[in-house]
Amino acid sequence: MIITNIESIPGREVIEHYGIAQGSSVRAKHVGRDFMAGLKNLFGGELRGYTELLSESRDEAMERMIKQAQSMGANAIVNVRFSTSAITVGASEIFAYGTAVKVQ
Amino acid sequence: MIQLGFVLILLIAGYIFGTAREKSHFISLRDREQKLNMISWRSTGKKEVFEGVSESTLVMGHVVIGQDYFKSFLAGLINLVGGRVSVYETLLDRGRREALCRLRQVAKDWGGTEVVNVRFETALIGQNQGKQRAGAVEIFAYGTVVK
Repeated sequence: MIITNIESIPGREVIEHYGIAQGSSVRAKHVGRDFMAGLKNLFGGELRGYTELLSESRDEAMERMIKQAQSMGANAIVNVRFSTSAITVGASEIFAYGTAVKVQ
Repeated sequence: MIQLGFVLILLIAGYIFGTAREKSHFISLRDREQKLNMISWRSTGKKEVFEGVSESTLVMGHVVIGQDYFKSFLAGLINLVGGRVSVYETLLDRGRREALCRLRQVAKDWGGTEVVNVRFETALIGQNQGKQRAGAVEIFAYGTVVK
């Protein structure tokens, strides 16, 4: 599966379009992580727990998008975009979407 | 009185540790940016036809970065009078550069030469219940690396 966020796959020709493939993931952090992050927030700097959490979440959203594209029969996704939103306090949604295509 | 003392200690600790960490972060950013010189990046290229490019893939880099207690307190004070909130400007600058560094590092490890169509996204994370103070921001950068 080749994924890009531009409108083509360089060096390949798009032969078929399948429409939008999407994947999302809503995650909340657990209390321990939250507490540690709060503690770290006093001194500033990177909050590693949250960085990891969001990268897991983003990987999951991407995986779901890829699965959907595969079920359509695509072998590439172009023009991928991401959006993040805070649903409630302590949980955020990561959404990934793109156009599933078949390339040579 | 005890509460006031506690806040004061937090402010001082936040100031000392926060400033030290910010300083070392800027130094490390400068070093890494120099090492990643050969990976150029641009925000254009969405509809470009690439000649002589054999492979491409999506790359991402992100970081969640928090403000220290002293600076968020200061931001609260600045909020009263308005104007430039420079303590948050440096925080976001650090975050963006860090995310971009990570993205370019992934691109380098992959063996790429250039990252095109780079996009940034910023999201507020872990806002404390009811409190106005922003807990942390996530800065996410993504683009397509070609070789």
